[in-house]
Amino acid sequence: MLREPIADLSKCVEPDRVRREVYTDPQIFELEMQRIHERVWIYCGHESQIPKSGDYYTVQVGRQPMLMVRGSDGSISVLYNRCPHRGNMMVGDRYGNTGEFFRCSYHAWTFHHDGKLKNIPMYESGYSGTRFTRDNPDCSMKRAARVESYRGFVFCSLAHEGPGLLEFLGESKVAFDDMCDRAPRGEVEVVPNCFRVIQHSNWKIFLENQLDALHPSVTHQSTGRAAHEVEKQLAKKAKKGEAPLSYHMLSAFATVTIDKWDAFQTINYPNGHCILTGYMGLRPQDPDTLAYDKIMIQAYGEKRFKEIVGVNIHHVLIYPGLSVQSPLQQLRAVRPLSVDRTLTEIWHFRLKGAPEPIYRRSLAYYNLVNSPATLVNADDLENFWKCHQGLASEGGDWVTFGRHLGRDIEKDGHVETAPNCGTSEAPMRNQMKAWAEYMRG
Amino acid sequence: MAKRLRKTVKKLLKRAVNGHHSTHHAVEQFLYRQADLLDSKRWEDWIGLFADDGVYWMPPDPSYTTWDGTPAIFAEDKNLMRVRMGRVLHPDAWSQRPLWGTNHVVSNVIIEKEGPNGDVIARSRFHMMELRRDDVRHFAGSYMHQLKKTAEGYRIKLQRVDMTNAQAAYDYVLQIWV
Repeated sequence: MLREPIADLSKCVEPDRVRREVYTDPQIFELEMQRIHERVWIYCGHESQIPKSGDYYTVQVGRQPMLMVRGSDGSISVLYNRCPHRGNMMVGDRYGNTGEFFRCSYHAWTFHHDGKLKNIPMYESGYSGTRFTRDNPDCSMKRAARVESYRGFVFCSLAHEGPGLLEFLGESKVAFDDMCDRAPRGEVEVVPNCFRVIQHSNWKIFLENQLDALHPSVTHQSTGRAAHEVEKQLAKKAKKGEAPLSYHMLSAFATVTIDKWDAFQTINYPNGHCILTGYMGLRPQDPDTLAYDKIMIQAYGEKRFKEIVGVNIHHVLIYPGLSVQSPLQQLRAVRPLSVDRTLTEIWHFRLKGAPEPIYRRSLAYYNLVNSPATLVNADDLENFWKCHQGLASEGGDWVTFGRHLGRDIEKDGHVETAPNCGTSEAPMRNQMKAWAEYMRG
Repeated sequence: MAKRLRKTVKKLLKRAVNGHHSTHHAVEQFLYRQADLLDSKRWEDWIGLFADDGVYWMPPDPSYTTWDGTPAIFAEDKNLMRVRMGRVLHPDAWSQRPLWGTNHVVSNVIIEKEGPNGDVIARSRFHMMELRRDDVRHFAGSYMHQLKKTAEGYRIKLQRVDMTNAQAAYDYVLQIWV
């Protein structure tokens, strides 16, 4: 099926460089969907998106249109959004409530929330003597091969074989622990709004940027400078000499100059997952933080509290489809649409039991950084588009990931960047290693 | 009967011309001017149309009733507006380097309410075409302006912008106010 030059995918990935076709070839994209996205665990959504019986939310998994639905017994199913009769999409809305059952808009076949056939109009007269018996699985909506959730975050895998969710996540499950543990009640709930932004570039370009510690001070210089100017003016006027934290979150792009980013660290795990350590700080002496600390200590005790807030994470990347910013309770799910178009779905979560100012602090970041009018990501998306355009050219065959190559430290099955090598391109090397393993089939 | 009808019509016309008409005209001119400032990239003057405590708000869904504490595509006071302006004017705002421009048409102006002090709530519709590099995008929706009457003319207390495509996925992003 594949054309000759790329038939041998093993030649596309070397430890420190990758062939450009990996990003631009539509046939490789199709193969990626088959061998990666429609096989591994993909994030569907959070349980709180569908609180009531019959609530559903649609989600694209690889090329498959799926829906996540809450049953009357409280359980969650993930189904193909397709009627088994003539293939009609079962729900046409992005989300909603289907009532006590699904009913196809074409010929009124009905299905239970778990996808099992409920009824077909005039079933006896229409189907007696045919192979379309009620217990024939071909008469029910097809279910995702596997569904599992961890701390309220629902994943599905469209393959029957493979590691379980926790084994797949490995250490990257800290994304959900860090987010939920920061809630005095140990749980989060979704803020019911999803920002959706389409990038004109291959999905891997976005993921590689997420833990690229060298880019912020270059890409986001303009935002950092502009925010820093206003921050300084506000600080002069403020009683305590501090502008709101949201200005600091933006100005850090400029005040943390390019030479300082090596001080951070990435930790790279099997399956392409990685963590970037924190750099922004959440103002430990701020009255809002102190009020929150008090509630947290009541809930967890001093020792456990210190462990929880001591977790030092900026981003967790769960390869191949999720970027989680746990200390600010937001995540971006990556939905590849085609080889050069990628949808990101961006959600914000509320820490159950935390005071309002803590919610507002992370909401400010969600609005300023992650909304469709983002003050930050406009320049990322511009770079991603330019990257994709350049890779589509014949001006060169390779993308290189050589920064700090050979200096990373391997221990206990993961790869850490060495001290003062935080801008190492280890996360990209790690992602491509996982990619190559998955693509071997 | 015909006489009475004529009288009523005359009375209504008089009220429209003397009272509402001048407000309507002034508000229309204000809205056109605001759109013109955006299209001619006079950001500083555009920000100057807002009252000191003014807010520019674009909710992600028409059902929202407040910008305070809710997810928002835009929810900006004058300080944040200045950050946005500073960003696009910075020479390293990469996404602003390509050819970029907009064209707004504002219409269907309705004066919803006029207070005794001259403060006004007005609704209108807009259509905006954007060119970036070789790509054209179209946005449309409605404005709601809460205007404060001052000696220097109207100042915006709150501008609410409801995009018709607010809930649809954004193909690329919005860099400046709509």
